[in-house]
Amino acid sequence: MGNHSDGSPNNSGTVATAGQNEVEKFQDPGIPPHRLRLADTDPRAAKKAERQVALLFGTSVVGTLIFLVSYFAIDLGNDSSVATIRLQNALLGIGTAFAMLGIGTGIVHWAKALMPDHEVSEERHAIRTEEDRQAAVRIVDDIVEETGIKRRPLIRNTLLGAVALAPLPALAIFGDLGPRPDFTLSHTLWAPAPDGKLKRLARDPDGTPIKAADVTIGSAFHVIPEGLNELSEGKLNEKAKSVVLLMRLDPDELHPSPERADWAYNGIVAYSKICTHVGCPVALYEQQTHHLLCPCHQSTFDLTQQCKVIFGPASRPLPQLPIAVDSEGYLVATSDFHEPVGPTYWEREQHVLNNNA
Amino acid sequence: MSSTTTPDAPAFVAKTSGGRITDFVDQRVGGSGILREFGRKVFPDHWSFMFGEVALYSFVILLLSGTFLTFFFDPSMAETHYSGSYTPLKNVEMSVAYSSSLDISFDVRGGMFMRQVHHWSALLFVASVSVHMLRVFFTGAFRKPRELNWVVGSVLLILSMAAGFTGYSLPDDLLSGNGLRIIDGVIKSIPVIGTYTSFFLFGGEFPGTMIISRLYMLHILLVPALILLMIVMHLFMVVVHKHTQYPGPGRNDGNVVGYPLGPVYAAKAGGFFFIVFGVVALMAAFFTINPIWNYGPYDPSPVSAGTQPDWYIGFVDGALRLMPGTIGDWKVEQIWFGHMFTFNVLLPALVPAGILFTVMFTYPWIERWITKDNREHHVLDRPRNAPTRTAIGMAGFVWYSVMWAAAGSDLIATHFHVALNDVTYWLRALFFIGPIIAFFVTKRVALALQRKDREIALHGRETGRIVRLPHGEFIEVHAPLDEYKRYKLVGFESPVPLPAVPNEHGVVDRKEKRRAKLSRWFFEDRVAPATPAELEAAHGHHGAHEAVEAAASEKTLSH
Repeated sequence: MGNHSDGSPNNSGTVATAGQNEVEKFQDPGIPPHRLRLADTDPRAAKKAERQVALLFGTSVVGTLIFLVSYFAIDLGNDSSVATIRLQNALLGIGTAFAMLGIGTGIVHWAKALMPDHEVSEERHAIRTEEDRQAAVRIVDDIVEETGIKRRPLIRNTLLGAVALAPLPALAIFGDLGPRPDFTLSHTLWAPAPDGKLKRLARDPDGTPIKAADVTIGSAFHVIPEGLNELSEGKLNEKAKSVVLLMRLDPDELHPSPERADWAYNGIVAYSKICTHVGCPVALYEQQTHHLLCPCHQSTFDLTQQCKVIFGPASRPLPQLPIAVDSEGYLVATSDFHEPVGPTYWEREQHVLNNNA
Repeated sequence: MSSTTTPDAPAFVAKTSGGRITDFVDQRVGGSGILREFGRKVFPDHWSFMFGEVALYSFVILLLSGTFLTFFFDPSMAETHYSGSYTPLKNVEMSVAYSSSLDISFDVRGGMFMRQVHHWSALLFVASVSVHMLRVFFTGAFRKPRELNWVVGSVLLILSMAAGFTGYSLPDDLLSGNGLRIIDGVIKSIPVIGTYTSFFLFGGEFPGTMIISRLYMLHILLVPALILLMIVMHLFMVVVHKHTQYPGPGRNDGNVVGYPLGPVYAAKAGGFFFIVFGVVALMAAFFTINPIWNYGPYDPSPVSAGTQPDWYIGFVDGALRLMPGTIGDWKVEQIWFGHMFTFNVLLPALVPAGILFTVMFTYPWIERWITKDNREHHVLDRPRNAPTRTAIGMAGFVWYSVMWAAAGSDLIATHFHVALNDVTYWLRALFFIGPIIAFFVTKRVALALQRKDREIALHGRETGRIVRLPHGEFIEVHAPLDEYKRYKLVGFESPVPLPAVPNEHGVVDRKEKRRAKLSRWFFEDRVAPATPAELEAAHGHHGAHEAVEAAASEKTLSH
C-alpha cells in the first residue's frame, strides 16, 4: 500500500521492515472526523469573526496612515539629530508593521475561522508512467546510437579535447582584473627615501612626527610613516602595510636577539600592527603583561620575546621595524621591514630572501 | 477550435463576473488547464512547513528593499569628505560608498528604515533557509524522489551566504572592511594561486579601489539572479513531487491530505507574507542592526574589540579562531620547497566547511546506499522514529554550533568573566568530542521517546487521577487513546538491519559487507511500533493493573 517501489527486483523495496508482513499492524483508521468550529454552527460567532477580520484590516489602514504621517511630518533638515532619525525610523517601522500585520493576520484569521476547513485527501500520481520511463531510456539510447559517438572514438576524443580547451579564453580574459603581484607586498613606505633620508615615525592619524623623549615607559603609540597622509593615491594600500605599534618598555625586559640588538632605542620598540594570521590590526596592548592581542582571532604576541606567538591562530611573530633617533630627536626607521608584513602568502619566503639579499 | 460553437450546441457562458474575467483571460492566453490542476491542489499543513515560506518571503522583501537602496547607493571607492548631516563625521575623509551609505541613513527619508529592513531580512533569509534545511533533514524529506531538490536547496544555502557576505561589505565601513581584510588573508593562504587571486579580486593590493564595485555587481546582479533561478527550480520540483506530509491517520505515501490551495491554503500562505513583512518591520523599527556610523570609514589601522561577522559567516570565523598557529614550538605554518603552506589558515577555512557541505550534498545518497531503500517516500519520519539519522544530524549541528560559538569566544569571555584562553581550550575540546556526545545523547533520547510512544499506545495516557481500589491499593487511571491518536504513535516503519546480499555473481563483495555493517549500525537499536496483538495482551493480561505496570517495555522486539 502506497509503496511506489520500482526498479529491478534486486533492489525494489528491499528494506527489511519489522511487523510489516509477518506481524499484523494497526489499520489506518482514515482521516479523523471533521469537527465543526464555533463559527460553523453559531451565526453570531461567524459574525464576530467577520468583525474581527474587518478590524484587523482596519488596523492596517491605521498603520499606513502612521507611515505616511511620519514620513511627511518629520523633517530631516540639514542637521537632523540621531534622535530624530531614530524617532522617524521607529514610526515608519511601526506603521509598516501595522499595515502588514493587519493584512496578514486578517487574512489568516479569515481563512482559519471562516473558510472551509475540511481536510481533503488527494491521490498522488506517479511522476511519470512506467511506460514513459522506459520510453525515455530507449529514446536516449537511440539518440546516442544515432550520433554514432560510441563507434567513432576519433570524433568523441577530438570533441572532448576541444570542449575542454574552449573555456580557457573565458578564464584568460579576466587576466586584467588585477596587476601581477611581483614584489609589491614585500615593500612598504618605511624604506628610506632615494636620497637616503630616513622616514620618521608619525602619529596615526594626524601624521605628526614622534620625539623619542615623548615616549614614556609603558606608553604605546599608533604609528604611520611620515608623508603617508600626503600621498595623493594609494594611501590606504600603503597604510595597510605600514601601520606600526610603538611601545616603550624597561630595556631590561626586552630580550633582543644579537642581530636585532640595535633595532630598539632606549627600550622603545616598533612592530608591525598587521597580524601575521589574516591581517587584522593587532590593536590591543596589554601594558602589564607586555602582550599584544589581535581582537579578530585573539592571536597573542609577547613583546618581551620579539613578539613571538604565545596563543591563538597566528604562526609567525610580528615583523619588527628597526628604529633609531635622528639628529633632532625624532624617531626614525633605519630601514624597511626585513620581511613582508601581514598574512602569509605563497611567495613570501622568496620575498624574505630577496629583501635580505 | 474549442471557442467556435455550432448553433445547436449553446456556448458555455460564465455566470459571475469573476467567472467572466477568468473566461476572458483563458480564451486569449489559455491556462484553464493549469488552473484546473492547481486551483484546488491539496497542500498539507504543518507549522514546520512555514520555514521555507519565511525564506521565500524574506527574499521577496530583500528584492524590494534592495531595489530601493540601489537608487541611492554609489559603490565608488573614490575619496571624498563627508558633508551630510551626521555631525560626528563631518569633513572626515571616506569613500563615496561609505558616504552614500550614511546619506541613505541620515538624509534620505525612510532610508535608515530600508537599510534596517534589508539587513534584518538578510539575516532572516539565511536563518530560515538553514532552519528549513534542518527540518527537511530531520524529517527525512530529502529521500527519494526529492534528492535533487535537496541539492538545489543546499546550493541555495550557499548562495544565500554569498549574497549576505557580498552585501555586508558594501557600506565600506570599518567593521566590514576588517571582514574583507580577513577574506584577503584567507585567500592569500591558498597555495600557488592565492596571491594572484587576491590581486585579481582587489584589483591590486588590498584594499585597492575596485573591490566594492565588484562586490556590488555580484550582490545586485549575479547572486540574486542565481538565487532566483534556484528558487524557480526548487518550487517547480515541489509542484512535481507534491508536498510531503507528516504521518498520521488517513495519510500514506499514496495520497496528500490537507487543505485545497484555493481558498484556504492560498489565503494562509499569502497572509503569511504580510506577517513576515510585518515582523521584519518591527525588528527594523526597534533593533538597530549594523550602525555603520558608529564604526567609521574603513581604515586599515583601527579595529574595535568584540568584532563579529554576520551570524552565518560565524562558523568559519570561529574555526579560524580555534586553530592553533603553533603547537608547542612547532609552527603549523610550514615552508616547503621554498613556498609557504599556511595550514593554520587553510585548514580551518576550508576543511570544516568542506566536510559540512560535502556531507550535506551527498547525505541522501549515503543513506540510500546504507538502507538500500529505493522506494518513494512522501510521508515524513518523525525524528524520533529515525534515531540514527536524527543523531547524525544533531552531531553535525553541534559541530557547527561549537565553531559558531567560537566566533564569539571573546564575548563569551567578557560576559561570563572567564579567561579567553580557557574558552578557546574548551571549545577546541568540544570541537572534537561535542559531536560524539551529541550523537549518543540524541540517539538515546530518540529511542526513549519511541518507548514512551509505545507505552502510551499500549496503555493509554496518564490522566493524573489517582484511584483507591477496594483492597487499599492506589493506582493512576490511564485513559485509552482513540484510534486516530493511537495510529499516529504506531503508524511508522521500523526497519531492521539488512544483512549483506550477494551480487549477481553470487558473491558478497567487500563493499557490500561494509554496507551491511553500516546498516547494522544504522538500525540495530530500534523500538518496534506496537501491534494490535500487544494491545490486546496489554488489556487482557493485566486487567485492572495494566495501567501501573506500563513501565516494562522491550527495547527490541523479535518478530
